[in-house]
Parts: sequence; structure tokens; C-alpha cells
Amino acid sequence: AGLFVLSAHSGYIAVADTVVADTACSLFCFTGGHTTEILRLLSCLSESYSPRHYVLADSDKMSEAKIRSFEQKRAETFSNLDRIPRSREVRQSWISSVVTTLYSILYSLPLTYKRKPDLILCNGPGTCVPVCLSAFLLGLLRIKRTIIVYVESICRVETLSLSGKILYYFSDYFIVQWPDLKKKYPKSVYLGRIV
Amino acid sequence: VILCIHPSRAPQALQSRGYQRLVLQVGRGSLPQAQPGSSSSAVAVEVFRFKESLAEELQRADLVISHAGAGSCLETLEKGKPLIVVINDKLMDNHQLELAKQLHRDGYVLYCNCSTLVETLQSMNLSALKPFPPGQPEKFASFLDKVLGLQ
Repeated sequence: AGLFVLSAHSGYIAVADTVVADTACSLFCFTGGHTTEILRLLSCLSESYSPRHYVLADSDKMSEAKIRSFEQKRAETFSNLDRIPRSREVRQSWISSVVTTLYSILYSLPLTYKRKPDLILCNGPGTCVPVCLSAFLLGLLRIKRTIIVYVESICRVETLSLSGKILYYFSDYFIVQWPDLKKKYPKSVYLGRIV
Repeated sequence: VILCIHPSRAPQALQSRGYQRLVLQVGRGSLPQAQPGSSSSAVAVEVFRFKESLAEELQRADLVISHAGAGSCLETLEKGKPLIVVINDKLMDNHQLELAKQLHRDGYVLYCNCSTLVETLQSMNLSALKPFPPGQPEKFASFLDKVLGLQ
């Protein structure tokens, strides 16, 4: 079993072995700005969610130190990090975003194929979209069925982020942290404020 | 925010409310120039550009004045410090304002713009602010355990 983690500033994936599944990986996606949020979610997960594999955008300089310090405190499992190209920089145009996103999906496929995560956890960095889509594709091809869990950032009160708008349709569980979003997006899950 | 606070009447307003020390994080912005004669008699001003972590400064503070950035707002509230969020009207489409507005609606922060900061400082009643309850990541953990059948 494994777990994948992804970060937006840099893209990052983590894999973990779970007790129940035979071979599992969970993939978590974070954005640089929201790395703190995803680490807070991870801090409450049991050791079943391991190994954790983190995915960061290659331009992310800030998140690695936070992740390493978090993982040091949780000595029970090995985790590692991968970097992938960022699919979309802030303010990048739509057309060129489509091209760079396709490139990022191609780039992500070997990674998701290799790690075959059981679970992907992400909260909205640009990097999580290509990784989630490539995992979705592996599911369609019956190569590996990965559960995609998207947690929208606490910052989003009334509107979803771009990643959220896309992954609303590709995630198994879509979690929002404000009641207004739950009303607008009925498929979403509202558990209160969880970070 | 710095430009709102420093060369205005804000330091005097702070002094009149009993604050003695004003610590400014200016980032890449220009260093505020001392206003001859004006603010020198008010609070003691300390300036720095960046710090690895603001946790220590926040811990020492009795009041925090911040832009609407989600990180700064949440970190301050988690430390249980009263917070005034200063909105930049020119950045109205910034989604970060969503969070600041909601926190204000729920009674956790005071909310003003540059031109109303001094009034806000003069009239604020910090004891009316509600304490910010901690988030509950354990709810997320039990949700995930349940849907994955780990329980």
C-alpha cells in the first residue's frame, strides 16, 4: 500500500504501505502555500497510511524542508519525494496552460505507474491536476484503481480554486471546509474546518 | 499595510490605546522613513524585512495588524491574538479576501481598509472578538478510515 503527496510550489508525491491493502501507495498533492494544511491533515492519519510519497512542483523551494521536518517526527515509515514540472504558473494564459498541462500529464504517467498509489490526497496545487488525471487514466485502463481525495483549502470560502473545479469531476471524495461551497457543489463532503 | 500604518496617525492611535511597541515586517517594501517630530513621541518602532518564522513575534504581540493573506490570518488566530485585517481595495478580486471576510462575518477578526485603520484603532473593542476554535483534522482521519474500511 502506498500514499502519494503532491505540492504546488514544487510538485511532490509520497507513497505508503497500508495494513489492509496488499500493495498500496497513497499520493498526496500539496501546494507550497498550502503545504502546512496538508501536513496538518497527515498528522492525524494513522501509520496505516504509509509509505507516504510526496510530489512537488520542480519550482517549489519552500515545501521540502517542511515535509522533511514533518517526516522526521514520524519515524515509523519511509517516505520519499519526487519533483514534476508545474502544469501552470500563476497568471499563465489558458492556451499555454493546456499545452503545459498535457506535458505534465505525460510526465506524471511513468511516476503514477511506478508508484501505483492506493490513495492520492491533494489540496489544490497546479501539480496535483496532472498527477490525478494520470492516475485516473491508469484506472480507466484497469492498470491501477487509485482513490483520489481532494481537500479544498480553507482559503476557499465561496469559490473553488481552478484545480478544485477540474478535480471535482475526477475525485472520489471532494472535501470542502465551508458550508457555502457544500451548497454550491452537492457532491462535496463537508466535515467542518479540518485544518 | 505598512504604508497605511506608518506615515499616518496610526502610531499615535496605538499609543493612545496603550500600546508601547510597534514591530513592522516590511518584506521587500521600502523601509519606512521616520517622520520628523510626528511619530517619534508615539510608540517605539522596530522594523525588519523577513524572518524565518513569525511565531515568536506573534507570541509577543498583544495586537496584530495584517493583510488578508490566509496564512498570516490563520497563524495569528491560532495563537489566540486579536487581529485587524487591512484590506487593499485595489486587490478586490483577490480570492484571499474571501477568507478574511468570512472570518469577519463570524466575529473572529476586525476588518478595515487603509483609510479607516485609524478610526478602527480608536474605536475597537477587542474583547468582543470571538475566540477562534481549532480545526479538527481528526474528523478527516476518521472519515478517511471509514471510506477506506480501515476501522
